[in-house]
Amino acid sequence: MLAWTIYISFLGALVLVLIPKANAGAARVVALLTAIAGFAIAVAGACRYTPGALITVVRVAWIPSLGIEYHLAADGISLTLLLLTGVVAIAGVLFSWNVERRSAEFFELYLVLIGAVYGVFLSFDLFLLFVFYELAIIPKYFLIAIWGSTRREYAAMKLALYSFAGSAMVLIGVIAAFVEAGGRTMNLVELARYPFPAHFQMWAFPLVFVGFAILAGLWPFHTWAPTGHVAAPTAASMLLAGVVMKLGAYGCLRVAMMLFPRGLDPWGLHVLGFGSWRDLFAVLALTGIVYGASVALVQRDFKFVIGYSSVSHMGFVLLGLMTLSQIGVSGAVLQMFSHGVIAGLLFAVAGRMVYDRTHTRDLRELGPMRLAKVIPFAAVTFVIAAMASVGLPGFSGFVAEFEILVGAWRAFPTLAILAGVGILIGIAFAWRAMDKVFFGDAPVAAARLDCPRISLAERLGAAILIGATLAVGVYPRLLLDLIIPALNSPLFDGLRKGAWR
Amino acid sequence: MSAVSYLDLLRLTLPEIVIVLGALAALSLDLLAMRQSRLAVRWRAGAAVACISCVGAIVLLLVRPEQASLSDGMLVVTPLTQLVQAVLIVFTILTVLLSVCSTFTHHVGEYLAVILFATAAMMLLVSTQNLLMVFAALELLSLSLYILTAFNKRSRQSAEAALKYFLFGGMSAAFLLFGISLLYGFSGSINLVEIAAAIQAQPATPMLAIAMVMTVTGFGFKVAAAPFHLWAPDAYQGAPTPSAAFIASSSKVSSFFVFAVVMVTGLAAGVGSGGWHGHGAGWVPVLTMVAALSMLLGNLAALVQSSVRRLLAYSAIGHAGYMLLGILPHNAPSLRALLYYVITYALAAIGAFGVLAALEDEGVDRLEDFAGLYRRAPLLSCCMLIFLLSLAGIPPLAGFFAKFSIFSSALAVRSEDPGLLWLVVLAIAMSAVSLYYYLKVLKQIYVCEPSAEVGAIRSRGAARAAVGVIALLVVLLGCFPNLLLGWIDGAMRAMPH
Repeated sequence: MLAWTIYISFLGALVLVLIPKANAGAARVVALLTAIAGFAIAVAGACRYTPGALITVVRVAWIPSLGIEYHLAADGISLTLLLLTGVVAIAGVLFSWNVERRSAEFFELYLVLIGAVYGVFLSFDLFLLFVFYELAIIPKYFLIAIWGSTRREYAAMKLALYSFAGSAMVLIGVIAAFVEAGGRTMNLVELARYPFPAHFQMWAFPLVFVGFAILAGLWPFHTWAPTGHVAAPTAASMLLAGVVMKLGAYGCLRVAMMLFPRGLDPWGLHVLGFGSWRDLFAVLALTGIVYGASVALVQRDFKFVIGYSSVSHMGFVLLGLMTLSQIGVSGAVLQMFSHGVIAGLLFAVAGRMVYDRTHTRDLRELGPMRLAKVIPFAAVTFVIAAMASVGLPGFSGFVAEFEILVGAWRAFPTLAILAGVGILIGIAFAWRAMDKVFFGDAPVAAARLDCPRISLAERLGAAILIGATLAVGVYPRLLLDLIIPALNSPLFDGLRKGAWR
Repeated sequence: MSAVSYLDLLRLTLPEIVIVLGALAALSLDLLAMRQSRLAVRWRAGAAVACISCVGAIVLLLVRPEQASLSDGMLVVTPLTQLVQAVLIVFTILTVLLSVCSTFTHHVGEYLAVILFATAAMMLLVSTQNLLMVFAALELLSLSLYILTAFNKRSRQSAEAALKYFLFGGMSAAFLLFGISLLYGFSGSINLVEIAAAIQAQPATPMLAIAMVMTVTGFGFKVAAAPFHLWAPDAYQGAPTPSAAFIASSSKVSSFFVFAVVMVTGLAAGVGSGGWHGHGAGWVPVLTMVAALSMLLGNLAALVQSSVRRLLAYSAIGHAGYMLLGILPHNAPSLRALLYYVITYALAAIGAFGVLAALEDEGVDRLEDFAGLYRRAPLLSCCMLIFLLSLAGIPPLAGFFAKFSIFSSALAVRSEDPGLLWLVVLAIAMSAVSLYYYLKVLKQIYVCEPSAEVGAIRSRGAARAAVGVIALLVVLLGCFPNLLLGWIDGAMRAMPH
């Protein structure tokens, strides 16, 4: 049944192709219904799931001569991310309720992107996973290039080329692994069991890991993220930060780490103080955390602040993966969910609630507008989102970042301290943005801003996202019960036998 | 040498005969009966005759699987050659549909006849293992293509392109002939199987090396691989669009097939090694260099083109590089991958040129002319999106699986040492580069708005239908690669090895 998350998204896109172009209202409704249906299916799947199992959804031969199958399956990690995709997809439609220009096409591309994302999370055939992964690139390009704002064509092309370069690296690794394992199967379960030679894993792991991590915003390959997020229309930024970056992180865990666990082993020599790929990537992730937060602290563009904060938060995901401990990796998966929801909320405030009304994102111009009085709902939402973003207890970010820090403390104590500093800087930039945008004490320059009120759609979207982050923050076992058994399943045997602790 | 059975010859060449008869019928119908009719009527009647003969030939090919070799490998018919021939005829039908009712010429009968003659030449080209026959068929094909390039007599560009094509082609034919004569001198035979045996018995000599280089040069020209590519951009740009579509598609398929046959069957013993370490003398290192150069030059030069036709020409050079990657491993899986690649590539290429052909009356060629095309011609724009993304190798379109299979077959040889890994890495890196220029065209179509207010484009119905069918095929073969792959597999299993 879970397979219908994919099909229904593509069907929704097809319906949008067929309905008359001029009818923007119908397009929105179709998109919303499709997104809700996808989410409902994901929830139903999660409810019926017995923790630890790997449920096969579909498995039929696709290209028999190469042993490639159309194989959809799900474990706890997939389900967590399916739920995230569902939540963000619904909120994204609600926050694009005001798209009037070429709206049917907008939602077509939007639904194709959603369908491809569902596909990646459900694929258990490496070839199929790659197909869905690349399928997601093109809609992203057009969503930004057509409906975007600041330097949209540049940002869209940059995003597309970064993604494609990353997936080219992944493709090399995928083909090499396929050939190395005998060229008979692409099944992830079987490939995870296949003992790839250690020297092969040593070069395949960093190649595939970096290939995916480009999309997860690994420093120094993160530069597509801020420009892309800023240029994208609100719903696309929400999807980009909310789920597309998770595709990269998911690929790092599901493909790079699951198939080539010995690539994380020590090299046996030290180069510039690094003893393994794991050390190197952990330091890069940490650099991302601190750098992203510091740059966010000095931005003048509201969306750039949030764009760089995404780089910082995704650094936590990658750092968590590199701890190679149950608590750290499960924290990383939880952080994927948490950041997806919170980043969605932040972009919704910055892009939809503020920018669409004021037509500026410059912090100095927003200050005198007294937005806290004009659109109090936006101010409240942003305060909640900022609290979640800095990781206050009660929100999902707290649990996730706490777990990651504990894992990191055991693995790399120095890095854990520095990551703590990153969190402090994170509090500073969230505070600064909140202060400047909503509670500026500068004298009122213009007359009272005359802007439309916050619509019902926006209220609903914000409520959904806040509800999700609170639910997971208050009761994290909701997701951890899915994630931890999945990490203990035989799929990750190779990883647990290695440097796992 | 056994006596030729003329009855067998007649039976085996029946499809070719049908095509040639179709050509003569189209020619005489147009010249004798329809002199006074309107151009559109003449086009429709001629195209109907041509299509009927093509369909007849396909039916003949598909209903009677043959397995025969006549007079010293002059004519070799196997299920695989029949498959390739059928594919070639399909491309001919598509080309004819794309040309119907176009206005670049009044010589409808001659145009259709030359296309059909070229088809017959290609059919002979793929069904032979005899170098003399290869050369004769190749010349017949080339001459037809020169004429097709020059067919727009009102355009200087067309004449110039044809002259360039002709001069380069003549020179490369000389190279090829020289290579063939050296091979003959070396082995005393023009039959590929006997040449292979002679090379096996008496390995590498300087003469053989020269013969190989000459042969690669000759075929390299036909498939437009760098550094023998210079004719391609001009020919693609100057030729009437349907002719360019024909050159870019079926001529590619037949040339690559015969190239692979000559290299894999005839020169199998002289392969050498093209790995990063330890080059061994043979044709593989030569071809490796040609492939690497084609990928680099084709893709990098395409980045700066402002004419869409030239852009497609340079991308074709890049694709020729990838396809050479399918000849290098010289084994059955790689031949299968090569066939899949070249057929799906040709589909996407004829489709892209088909879109240009449908827009020809608007004079659309420069990148800026495409601005806002999605509004003026939504269907054609959507098809162009499919073709260009397939060329870029985006799943789930046919081009992606083609790339995947050709790269994995190249990596699969001798998996202990990296072998061709460096070339595969280069190919994948270059295909990432190629996305940029394909997206540049798509950006014009979907993102940019037209500079002035321009109305919807009225394109010819037959061309629109042909383009639509091709787009469907590209999507279908991408989602279900097994449709074609299974067919190729079946044909290859039926061949004696």
